[in-house]
Parts: sequence; structure tokens; C-alpha cells
Amino acid sequence: MKTNKFKIIALSIVGIAMFTSCNNDDESVAPVTPATTDFSGTYVQKDQMARPAINTVFIASGAPKDAFNTTIPSTMGASYQSVFESRLLALNSGYTTNALGQTAAQFTGLLATDVLGVKKTGTTTFFDGTNVLTGRALADDVIDVELLLIFGGPTGTSNAGLTSDNVGANDKTFSASFPYLASAW
Amino acid sequence: MKKTKMLLGLSFVAISGLLLIAADHADAPAITGNANDITDVYAFQGQDTNNMVFVVNTQGLLSPGASATAVFNENVMTEINIDNTGDNVEDLVIQAIKRGGKMYFFGPIAPGTTGTSSTVKTAGASGSVDISSYGGAAITSTSNGMKFFAGPRDDPFFFDLNQFKAILAGTATGFNNPGTDSFAGTNVLATIVEVPKSLLGTSATINVWAETKQKQ
Repeated sequence: MKTNKFKIIALSIVGIAMFTSCNNDDESVAPVTPATTDFSGTYVQKDQMARPAINTVFIASGAPKDAFNTTIPSTMGASYQSVFESRLLALNSGYTTNALGQTAAQFTGLLATDVLGVKKTGTTTFFDGTNVLTGRALADDVIDVELLLIFGGPTGTSNAGLTSDNVGANDKTFSASFPYLASAW
Repeated sequence: MKKTKMLLGLSFVAISGLLLIAADHADAPAITGNANDITDVYAFQGQDTNNMVFVVNTQGLLSPGASATAVFNENVMTEINIDNTGDNVEDLVIQAIKRGGKMYFFGPIAPGTTGTSSTVKTAGASGSVDISSYGGAAITSTSNGMKFFAGPRDDPFFFDLNQFKAILAGTATGFNNPGTDSFAGTNVLATIVEVPKSLLGTSATINVWAETKQKQ
């Protein structure tokens, strides 16, 4: 009994030592959530987002946007593909296929379900010339990719003035390490 | 002829009230200008390639002056949804919510219920981090193999939004070269979590989307 008590105390001391040894100015071991903190209640969806700019481009502002923001992704395709297709053809009435070989129905069928596909191994990028829709990295020029697919036609050469905004990079350099995003202006 | 048609198409779009506010900055009346408004979502492999990084940015277009007073809202939960079975229904969630000066993280864990209504999965508490202050060094923390950050950052998004609006409005026919980044010099409130891929299931790919959910 006495031995057990001693062991428990010894373990506690080791535990404390391990806990405190990892602390430094910028990085600390996150404490376990305090039991006293209240996280109760029900939380109801207000906004959602996955692929950049997609729902903003293809869903009209105002009430339709609020409705889209609370439509679960598994039902988006059935509810919004035709809406997206109408918008695509309004944006580019000359649309035939895009650089991925997609018809208007195929392209908007992909876009209407607004989730970001992410590969678990290898390069994660919206598009880097080789990999297509394997994630979204900070430096990806996602707008040019989308403009090209909307306006660029089957070879990416149609509507030259509309297929790039000629802003190719962020205004601050990203960090190679966590938290990756640049400091605030 | 083709160009005329396209311009007509663009005019129609402009008249019908479609305005692109990219990437998703201030896009819907119910959320525009408040803590629920998600601006961008990123998912990419970490510096440690065994890890996946998720970034959810909110409250876009913060000027430096506005960034010092911008705050996370304790009644707004950020939820990263992960589908690892290909049906676009979340199998795992990572939740983040502010209490006091900290952001608390839960998951990856199976949600209590899928869809638009959630409770905080306190059984899945994975860590917390002090919310970084404007102008200060980034405060990060690690626990359970995960890394956490919450606070103001430069908006990583870049786009000549103003020229695109001009094109939609019919006052311009194309982009300028060079273009002008409409998001230059602006900040967002970022929530960033880095997670071992092994905690995301065994599928080769995942589908990811982020939500903000308001306490009722």
C-alpha cells in the first residue's frame, strides 16, 4: 500500500516534469480541456465553403446564396447542377468544352457539389500543370485555373483577355513551416 | 461575333445581379460582415509529409487598422468536414471554438449527427492554443500529434477582383496586365490545424469542406 502510494507520487512528479519540459515561448503542450469550460448547446450552419470562388460565381447573391450555404454537399449536385450550367452559359455563351474536355453539363456537375478533393499522398494542389484538384495549397493561382476552365475553351486559348487576371502570387511570402500563412499587415 | 455574344452574356449576368466577391468573401446576406463569413478554405500536405494542414479563414478584407480589434466569436464554431467514403457526407469533423483567450479544438472525430446541426464533441478534445494577437508573434501549440494556430494573418488569397467586377459590369472587356491584387494589404482571422494523416482514415483521397455554425 505504502509502495503504491510512493509509485503514484513518483509518477506524478515524472508527469509534471514531462509536461513542463516541453514549454517554450512559442510552443507549448496544449492543456486538456478544462472540465469547467462550457461547450454545451446546438450549433446551426450559417456558411460553408470548399472550392475557391465557386459558389460565389455560380450562385446569385442574396437569398439563393444563403440557401446554398446551408445545403449539405450530398444534395448539392441534384439541386444546383442546372443552376450552375445556366450561369456558366450566361458567363460564356460560347462555351463548348474546357481544357479538361468537360461539356457544360459535366463541368457544372463537378462544380455543383462544392467539396475540395484532397489526395492523402503526394502533391496537394488545385492545379500545378500536372496534378488536378488534389487539394488547395496557399500559392495556387486558383482564379486563373477557374477562369481558364470557364472561358478558355477546349485548348485554353479562347477569350485570351479573360483567362488570367495577371495576378500570379500573394502579396506576402508564405512560410514553409506551421502556421504557413504570413503575418498580418 | 463570338465576342459580342459573350459580352452580351456578361451583361446579362451583370444585370441579373451576379457579383463575384471572391474567393468567398462577403457572399451572403445572412453572414456578410460577421464572424460566420468564411473567406477561404485550404487543405494541403504539411512540411512533415505525414501530416495534412487545414486552413479556414474568416472575416475577410480586414484593414490593418481593423485587424487589431477583429475577434473570434464564442458563439461561432468552425467545423472542418471530412468525407473519407466518397459520398460527400462527413465521416469525421474537426471543430474549433473560442473560449476566453483560447481556441479549443476537437477531433478528428465522428460527428454526433451529420449535416447542418452540431454539438461540440467534447469527448474528442484534441488541444487548444492561445489566440495570437495582432502585431505579436504567432503562438502555436502541439498536442496529440496535432498543431494549432488561431489569429490574424495576411489573407493568402490573391485576385484582381475589381477588374473582374468591371468586366461583369461591361465597363471593361478583359483583365489588365499586370493586374492588381484586390486583397493586397488585407488580413483575415485564420484557424489552422495540422493533423497526422493517419487520423483521417485509410482512404486514398478525402473530400473536405468547412462550415461555420452559430450557437442557438
